Amino acid sequence: MVKTDILIIGAGPTGLFTVFEAGLLKLKCHLIDALPQPGGQCSELYPKKPIYDIPGFPEVLAGDLVDNLMEQIKSFEPGFTLGERAETIDKQEDGSFIVTTNKGTQHHAKVVAIAGGLGSFEPRKPPIPNIANFEDKGVAYMVKDPEVYRNKKVVIAGGGDSALDWSIFLADVASEVTLVHRRNEFRGALDSVDRVKELKDLGKINLITPAEISEVRGNDNGDLEAVLIRKNNEASEEILLEVDHFIPLFGLSPKLGPIANWGLEIEKNAIKVDNTLDYQTNIPGVYAIGDVNTYPGKLKLILCGFHEATLMCQSAFQRIFPDKKYVMKYTTVGGVTGFDGTKKEAPKAVVKAID
Amino acid sequence: MEEDVKITIIDREGVAHEVDAPTDMNMNLMEIVRSYELAPEGTVGICGGMAMCASCQCYVLSDTPLTEMQDDEEAMLAEAFHVEDNSRLGCQIPITKDLEGLKVQLAPEE
Repeated sequence: MVKTDILIIGAGPTGLFTVFEAGLLKLKCHLIDALPQPGGQCSELYPKKPIYDIPGFPEVLAGDLVDNLMEQIKSFEPGFTLGERAETIDKQEDGSFIVTTNKGTQHHAKVVAIAGGLGSFEPRKPPIPNIANFEDKGVAYMVKDPEVYRNKKVVIAGGGDSALDWSIFLADVASEVTLVHRRNEFRGALDSVDRVKELKDLGKINLITPAEISEVRGNDNGDLEAVLIRKNNEASEEILLEVDHFIPLFGLSPKLGPIANWGLEIEKNAIKVDNTLDYQTNIPGVYAIGDVNTYPGKLKLILCGFHEATLMCQSAFQRIFPDKKYVMKYTTVGGVTGFDGTKKEAPKAVVKAID
Repeated sequence: MEEDVKITIIDREGVAHEVDAPTDMNMNLMEIVRSYELAPEGTVGICGGMAMCASCQCYVLSDTPLTEMQDDEEAMLAEAFHVEDNSRLGCQIPITKDLEGLKVQLAPEE
């Protein structure tokens, strides 16, 4: 079991900066994120896009902001559980919490800070009737273990990088790969598009465009057996393709997910918090900061998330150490002492007489 | 106001709303939908207006002249669901004087 002072759910900019503010108070942090890398939306959606309203940065690329935050918090040695989604929360008798992920990883923390942004990024599921009945019975929204597809007939739908890359990869693994996309154009990396064309010409990828999968059909055991592909949006051009596996790859979109069932007060798809004090939710000891929270006048800005994280850490400190005396100290005065033994501090003024 | 244009937006429940959209606030159609709260917060404009999600997809019902589609909008619509020939992303439609009388319907939530 992972043990920490503050468990942060969401490793976006707000969650990352929380580690710094907590570290100044000598509180240790651990972060959970459903994505495989830290940075949240900044890394997943727009790493190469500029942001102009981070105080002190006239312009910074979202990806660079994440790199900078990771550097800023390095000495506080945060732990990470990446690629897993926080699923359940259990309050313990001593007021602490155990948060368990979808993969069963348990985290024990004195305080939980939900910095979940728009929610956890989940695969977008195409609106095909009955498709849910075939999940794990031939339909999967991501490739976990490519060996599952060895010598099988696979159909992939989508037009982005992951659809192209997996079609290329599985062309050597599966017995048959069909790629279906609504347009003739693909928007992936140029060499992936070229490679798919090569494999198509070699007969290793069966490319069907412009087309969409409109139906999924199963056998008597309830396993996927075939998909109906509609080409050019014409009923006369329907193809019934026998397949073992169907992998729709339409990217990711954020969903509030299991957090919505934690007993938190939710309003407008966000968690209500006390903005007069410390961004605590209706569950004492559980805070919500950044884009995931709401209060009168809320703005979903990174800079507001930073502020909320800072106040929240002060409250968390008082909750964890109710009897300890503390006053906020400027980093310029106190320096930054990492858990790794490093210390950053302002150079001392030199006092020397001039003869 | 003088700078406003009248736009009709049919929400996801099928209710038509005629709203005044300001042309002088650097707003787009997605932001108009949000400012009038015609769809619950968190269900429209999720990516903030970068053409990186399709939560502001709408069907254009009038023959109002619109700004031409750029590559990123085109690419997003190629991946989106419930797409029709008249689909556009609201976040990519700036509110201008030309939009007077525009009529759109919000696409279903994914």
